[in-house]
Amino acid sequence: MKAIVTVIGKDTVGIIANVCSILAQSGVNVLDISQTVMREYFTMIMLVDTAGCEISFAELSELLKKDGAEHGLDIRIQREDIFEAMHRI
Amino acid sequence: MITTNEILETIEMISQQHLDIRTITMGISLRDCGHPDVKVCCGKIYDKITRCAKDLVKTGEDIEREFGIPIVNKRVSVTPVAVACECCDTEDYAPIATALDRAAAEVGVNFIGGFSALVQKGFTRGDRRLIRAIPEALTATERVCSSVNVASTRAGINMDAVAIMGRVIKRTAEMSRGQGCAKLVVFCNAVEDNPFMAGAFHGVGEPECVVNVGVSGPGVVHSALQKVKGQSFDVVAETVKKTAFRVTRMGELVAQEASRRLGVPFGIVDLSLAPTPAVGDSVADILEEMGLESVGAPGTTAALALLNDAVKKGGVMASSNVGGLSGAFIPVSEDAGMIRAAASGKLTIEKLEAMTCVCSVGLDMIAVPGDTPAETISAVIADEAAIGMINQKTTAVRLIPVPGKTVGDRVDFGGLLGSAPVMPVNPASPRDFIARGGRIPAPINSLKN
Repeated sequence: MKAIVTVIGKDTVGIIANVCSILAQSGVNVLDISQTVMREYFTMIMLVDTAGCEISFAELSELLKKDGAEHGLDIRIQREDIFEAMHRI
Repeated sequence: MITTNEILETIEMISQQHLDIRTITMGISLRDCGHPDVKVCCGKIYDKITRCAKDLVKTGEDIEREFGIPIVNKRVSVTPVAVACECCDTEDYAPIATALDRAAAEVGVNFIGGFSALVQKGFTRGDRRLIRAIPEALTATERVCSSVNVASTRAGINMDAVAIMGRVIKRTAEMSRGQGCAKLVVFCNAVEDNPFMAGAFHGVGEPECVVNVGVSGPGVVHSALQKVKGQSFDVVAETVKKTAFRVTRMGELVAQEASRRLGVPFGIVDLSLAPTPAVGDSVADILEEMGLESVGAPGTTAALALLNDAVKKGGVMASSNVGGLSGAFIPVSEDAGMIRAAASGKLTIEKLEAMTCVCSVGLDMIAVPGDTPAETISAVIADEAAIGMINQKTTAVRLIPVPGKTVGDRVDFGGLLGSAPVMPVNPASPRDFIARGGRIPAPINSLKN
């Protein structure tokens, strides 16, 4: 299953490394990353494949959210379908 | 690939503009639960609901987590109890409401709709028993919602039922200190697949079990309109339509997913702009964004007509199964902007009545003085039913005559039901009008002017 991870918050050193290591430890494959810093806000969007994920989607979501909170970031993981449905006919 | 902007836009809608799935409502037929012994009947009802809806709440929560979209309510609607329990050999239907309440608590839903009767053309014995039990049922239970359909375009208005419902609303208010009336809706042209409470019931033409989804998003529409300030109504209509399209697509996706996981057919997506008391989740704000100083000002009806129509157009493009009430709700107590306008006297019941000609339902969640006579409430119901009957649309009345309160007081209903200023009602008496009884005939459907 493909999912979108979004990371939004204040830019600090090591955000990408941190998120990627959580994903790697859970067996989630990163397919694409786009990242930009708008004003001082860091915005990263990742397309990931959760087919090999060793924990449940809910657990992964909670893990990312918790890590985000610790670093002052808003980290979400959502199934890709929702964006497709809303923005493509 | 979806672009960054599209992803961020969706996230902004959810995190800042209150975009949510307002309800996943499972409709369950109770037509096989009737039994002469009311105890047996109650047992069958409880068993069926707890069997069919046992995974509803968990499934809703799972979908919520995976899609990252809040699903605010999980609810159940059932066959109108007056139909399902007609064969019960009892004068008292209140125990059936208690069984519904227990089943709702067991499966974890916050409301269960269907303590209902359809009496637009007349009463059966079951209908009369059910209506008689409404005040006690709504006082004794926490989660049960009740509705009575008193009129339709094809049948006309049952004025005997209108008279009775005025008294039932008064009695319910007295017994429950007003709270019960927030769970009681009087309809004209009630729809069979509405997922929104308090008016939801599982119509007799519906399948055994079905999943309907209600989507909301006044905040999203408001925010979209803020970006087209000062532009023409063509642009306004187009903007609302596009926004409604996106919101409905999301609803359809969630509905299909819920249907697949629960193994229950998907019914409809109801795209209704349903406000909540939260700041930024208001239909009044949308109308004011179109250029009105306050909702209730001249121009409000036109603004609402545009909004209601554009929402439907966007919705039907997005899903082939749009149904329910679909449009804009204008409850007073559940909308911060409506509360503000009503408290300042800029929004009156008369203006709200005009607005119901073009919105998706009717006079909703309006607190009136506790000493409002029953016949005045009946006459308000009759007016509203007439609007629905003639215009071939659903209309409804959810008035709350709050005991001991008068104009200027404020009443708090708690949670999503919000709070409302007590609004003045025209004091001229319709007593003799309501005393006539009988039926207002169905209207002619040609010579339209």
